[in-house]
Amino acid sequence: MTTLAPPVVRGQEPTRSSGGRSGSVVWMALPAFVMFVFFGIVPLLGVIVLSFATWNGITPTIELTGLTSWRAALSNPSLPNAIWVTFLIMALSWLVQTPISILLGVFMATRTRYRGFLSVLYFIPLLLSSAAIAITYKSLLDPSFGIGAGLGVEALNQNWLGEANLAIGTLIFVVSWQFIPFHSLIYQGAVRQIPHSMYEAAQIDGAGRVRQFFGITLPQLKYTIITSSTLMVVGSLTFFDLIWVLTAGGPGDATRALAVQMYQQGFQASLMGPASAIAVILVLTGLGLSLLLRRLGGRADESQLEGA
Amino acid sequence: MTLSAGAAAGAALAACGNEGPGDDSGGGSGSGAATYWSLSGEPGQPYRQAAADRWNKANPDAKITPTFFQNDAYKQKIKTALGANQAPTMIWGWGGGGLKSYVEAGQVEDLTDWLSQNAAVKDKILPSSFGAATVDGKIYAMPVETVQPIVLYYNKKVFDQVGVQPPQTYGDILALIPKFNAKGIAPFSLAGQSRWTNMMWLEFMLDRQAGSEVFDNVFAGKQGAWSDPAVLDMLTKVQDLVKQNAFQKGFASTVADTNADQALLYTGKAAMMVHGSWSYGIQKANGGKFVADGGLGWMNFPPIDGGKGDPTNTVGNPGQYLSISSKATPEAKETAKKFFSTTLVDDEEKAGWVKSGGVPVLKGADSLFTGDDATFLKDMAAIAAGAKTFAQSWDQALSPTAAEVLLDNIAKLFQLQVSPQQWVDNMNGVIGK
Repeated sequence: MTTLAPPVVRGQEPTRSSGGRSGSVVWMALPAFVMFVFFGIVPLLGVIVLSFATWNGITPTIELTGLTSWRAALSNPSLPNAIWVTFLIMALSWLVQTPISILLGVFMATRTRYRGFLSVLYFIPLLLSSAAIAITYKSLLDPSFGIGAGLGVEALNQNWLGEANLAIGTLIFVVSWQFIPFHSLIYQGAVRQIPHSMYEAAQIDGAGRVRQFFGITLPQLKYTIITSSTLMVVGSLTFFDLIWVLTAGGPGDATRALAVQMYQQGFQASLMGPASAIAVILVLTGLGLSLLLRRLGGRADESQLEGA
Repeated sequence: MTLSAGAAAGAALAACGNEGPGDDSGGGSGSGAATYWSLSGEPGQPYRQAAADRWNKANPDAKITPTFFQNDAYKQKIKTALGANQAPTMIWGWGGGGLKSYVEAGQVEDLTDWLSQNAAVKDKILPSSFGAATVDGKIYAMPVETVQPIVLYYNKKVFDQVGVQPPQTYGDILALIPKFNAKGIAPFSLAGQSRWTNMMWLEFMLDRQAGSEVFDNVFAGKQGAWSDPAVLDMLTKVQDLVKQNAFQKGFASTVADTNADQALLYTGKAAMMVHGSWSYGIQKANGGKFVADGGLGWMNFPPIDGGKGDPTNTVGNPGQYLSISSKATPEAKETAKKFFSTTLVDDEEKAGWVKSGGVPVLKGADSLFTGDDATFLKDMAAIAAGAKTFAQSWDQALSPTAAEVLLDNIAKLFQLQVSPQQWVDNMNGVIGK
């Protein structure tokens, strides 16, 4: 315990001196803060106001009509389906992406042959824009002109995007293909942070590779899993570009997630009020989910190493 | 409490929207510079660009800058621009319900007086094209480009290969479906993801079944207008087509903006397609020698046996429409009007649209129907002129809000997600909205 005393004292020192330094620190945060206020907070407030208004998007005046738009948005018969699709995409894409990302991340963190080369390959999808990915997959999966028809492989020639369940599955596949590289990268970094001594100790105790993975790697990745899951879950709420280009919410309304529903209400049906109400719902859901995931992770300042 | 705070913020928001510069010329040269937004792609874009180039050459002081967008993207882009007071001087559109919403928002100029002062200009345009440009008796748009009836196209080579004749009636169509399916050829190509493509089927089936009165009632906002028994009958027939695999595999994910539906027809993967007359230009531009070799056939949609509709009736776009933004500067408005009264009604414009494979909205184009496209052009002109009723496409005739519900329900109908009765109930709910 006595050895721990000095750090406590040192720990207080920066706190005191930060009073002097905070002036310049605040100034440095100002550009980011201004950007955030103008492009984050102000539009958000605008959306909240719009959700209590009636506006078709083109009239010069916006009429405040209280809860009319909320009522219209909430009583829309397609809302339950949109919520279901949103959470389905969220759950499935998490279930597919997390295990694969962890395994890839662990693999990329090791120092085996070709690792660097393979890591670069895995990374490529992340460099492409969602729209480009969606257009490419849409062409590849076309039953008449796609890869199945081109190569004459019947098994590949399914109605990938034209049949409700297959369309959801295809969407999850494309989402995973796009985002697994990013999450693998996070896990790779986290795995490298795990002290080597832990594995050495495990080896001395006779633990095999699988045992080491479940006994050391996975528990040590707890906070990384929470970070990555938060990004996945909250990010999946805003999937729009990929869905819009791949299926436009179709077939029928099989892939019409909340973000797509919002766009259709606002920009196609000219109902900016109900569309803004959906946007507010999306913001609140996103906030709620990330708070919940933080809770699951316990106290954020608790040391990861102590947990082992 | 919340409301008053909201009111203040709302006012701030509205003010924010209004303080944009009234001039939307985007920094063009000269004080009379004007902007012009329209659709990209074959066959129209080259002739739209040519018109702007012609004008700019003759009027270097008042240049027009055109910008082109894909069809479905444009529909949203223009609305956003109007709402943000960033609209171009000249707004391209389909007339009808969309134009009406611009008029109600005070976004477009009333051209009635200008056209009566310039009777010579008005006289150059087919009178039938002004219908969809008129809102409450006033004209808010200049009819331009082409008259576009929707027709039934077929691939003659595929018909020869299978050894069948083009359909004369709807009964023939039903008989052809299994024959093509047996040969692994899709009977019909359909870009189902675009939804308005599916709508063309409903428009014709309802018209042939019951005549144009049913949709007229819907358009007039008569309560329960979709409850006509002919509608249920038509919807059932459409779902039967889907069940019999009348459309290509994966039609629900095929997009019209990429011309994938057109490609199915000219590659012989599909035998027939219901599409607008502009499709001819696309087939010609993209299909290699398909059109030149006489591979493409066309006809007005055949009658339904026992149907009450006049078989000469057609559906489509009676023209395209250019409106002038009411927020444009007086100089830009003047440029636009001069563009309307000179370049857009000149002989080169007329000849250009004929060359694109379309029937111009300008009178006296018949003599230009020569060469390779003569037969097609004469047939389209005959369909447009001979139609007892030339109905406007439903999604363009209705308000954007009602049109979105319509397209949504049509997509679900083709997925067999809603029954005909549910469809009728859903659509009755938005009549007059």
